[in-house]
Amino acid sequence: MVFMVRVDGKSENSLVKVRGVDKVYRRGSEEIHVLQRLNLDVDAGDFVAFMGPSGSGKTTLLNLLGGLDVPTRGTITVAGDEITSMSGSKLTTWRARHVGFVFQMYNLIPVMTAFQNVELPLLLTNLSKAQRRTHVETALEMVGLADRMNHSPNQLSGGQEQRVGIARAIVADPTFLLCDEPTGDLDRKSADEVLTLLHRLSKDFKKTILMVTHDPLAATRADVTLHMDKGVLMEGVREGAIA
Amino acid sequence: MKYSRILFANLFRKKIRTTLTIGSFAIALLLFGVLAAVRVAFSQGAGVAGVDRLVVRNKTSIIQPLPLSYREQMLRLSGVKEVTFLNWFGGVYQDEKNFFPQMAVDVPTYRSVVTDIGVTDAEWNAFVADRQGVIVGSSIADRFHFKVGDHIPIKGVIFQGAWDFNLVGIAKGDAAAGDMLPFIFHEDYLEEKRTYGKGTIGWYVVRIEHPDDSAQISKAIDATFSNSPFETKSDSEKEFAASWGKQLGNIKLIIMTIGAVVFVTLLLVTGNTMATAIRERVRELAVLKALGYSDQFVLWLVLAEGLTIAVIGGLLGLGLAVLVIPGMSKALAGLLPPLVLLPGDTALGVVFAIGAGVLSTLLPAMSAMRMRVVDALRRV
Repeated sequence: MVFMVRVDGKSENSLVKVRGVDKVYRRGSEEIHVLQRLNLDVDAGDFVAFMGPSGSGKTTLLNLLGGLDVPTRGTITVAGDEITSMSGSKLTTWRARHVGFVFQMYNLIPVMTAFQNVELPLLLTNLSKAQRRTHVETALEMVGLADRMNHSPNQLSGGQEQRVGIARAIVADPTFLLCDEPTGDLDRKSADEVLTLLHRLSKDFKKTILMVTHDPLAATRADVTLHMDKGVLMEGVREGAIA
Repeated sequence: MKYSRILFANLFRKKIRTTLTIGSFAIALLLFGVLAAVRVAFSQGAGVAGVDRLVVRNKTSIIQPLPLSYREQMLRLSGVKEVTFLNWFGGVYQDEKNFFPQMAVDVPTYRSVVTDIGVTDAEWNAFVADRQGVIVGSSIADRFHFKVGDHIPIKGVIFQGAWDFNLVGIAKGDAAAGDMLPFIFHEDYLEEKRTYGKGTIGWYVVRIEHPDDSAQISKAIDATFSNSPFETKSDSEKEFAASWGKQLGNIKLIIMTIGAVVFVTLLLVTGNTMATAIRERVRELAVLKALGYSDQFVLWLVLAEGLTIAVIGGLLGLGLAVLVIPGMSKALAGLLPPLVLLPGDTALGVVFAIGAGVLSTLLPAMSAMRMRVVDALRRV
């Protein structure tokens, strides 16, 4: 099997390329190095899990990859676009086109139905109303909630809410999905359903997925698990084999 | 329009809060509309005043009398065409709450000085012929359902006793003065029945040859009676009408002050409400930004919420004002000219509502625009 995730910064044709990224926060005169000289390559279609203790920099890395934050040093390139050199407004536009976010707390808009929540990313496109409807219905069917599209979030279980969140993340067919503890707020059964769904998106629909998790069982569903500690990315593990 | 769903979903998130905020705008704009109508009514009094008339009153106060003998002396002054006089009566019809202005006028001279009272010659002749005759403005007549031929008993307050009058005419000409005309009756009737102050009058109205001479003639009149027990203060009728307003204080200042207080209070209340609403939704706004909605979109979304509330509340309040003002006008008939909400003031009210909506929402909207997604998502 070909190992597609590298942490040595030597791959040239990856979908996601992270080169020498540092992230430093300042608290008064103190500097906190959250990420240190981080290199990463992820190819299209990979399902990568990031694990590590709290404060190790997993979510910060995810935020940088999603264009929600900018590194102190280094570059990040996604599908040929160097996002670290983009302006704020350009980054916003890029995010709408390339990133699908799945949050731990689902973050659905409570006063909108499942359909309306999933439709949100499509409102930023030029699709017609009918086209948007088709896309939303397809996304909800993929997550198994076509019959719940007119339910509001408070009428759904936690697992169902997260599946709506995944439908929202995939509806605009982004370049990759960034999942921050997607099962962190779910019971085991719901978590399994969500993980199965993510796995299916990766295998059947060739979605590139980067997932932060504390849950070792969740990590086993990914192709590769990368460990982080004190802002440093360790080598990855795939299917139990040392890379 | 595809974003309107996001806007309205948020507006109806807390229905009671939205309703109360709309209500506060509605009440503020209702108040604005009523105050605007009252302000117009006050300025209307000055607007209809005759340019060729002077009002001569006691220098101390208008409630102090002047001697009747002054009339002849004024008539001798150059530029004075005619002089008439009035007395404030101050009575009530049936009940104390039924107050309206009543004035005794000098019948032989009144109409030659005050020419724009809006009655027909037939009505005036009937008035002249009946010593207890009375003419009222149409507003008062409408308010008490008076009609010509009615017998009207008035209970004297300043001039004690029961006074009987016969309604012989209703002033309803096209001049606003017709509506403003109070209840006028014969000075002779008052003079005959009054138990004190005989030979005195309330104030004079002087008709002059040329309006341009009003300042000069006013000075001449006041100079004539200076150093006497009854010194005078003469003004053009317009200034006199305006001074009525000043008797009650600076109406415009009061209106503007109340308006400003309401405006600031509204800003604070709405601003606080919007800020609370934004704080509650900070994660949701952050999620919108994460999904690719721009900072400017979030700014406009929050501003649009404030504006929608302000415009709905404002239109509601101005609509209420349009409904309420005619009733108030009827209730105040005779005391004030007709209350009318002018189209210009209605437009100003809409601008006021929009301005308040924008100003009160601007800070929370800018705060939402500047919010960093990663910081907002970290908040619980």
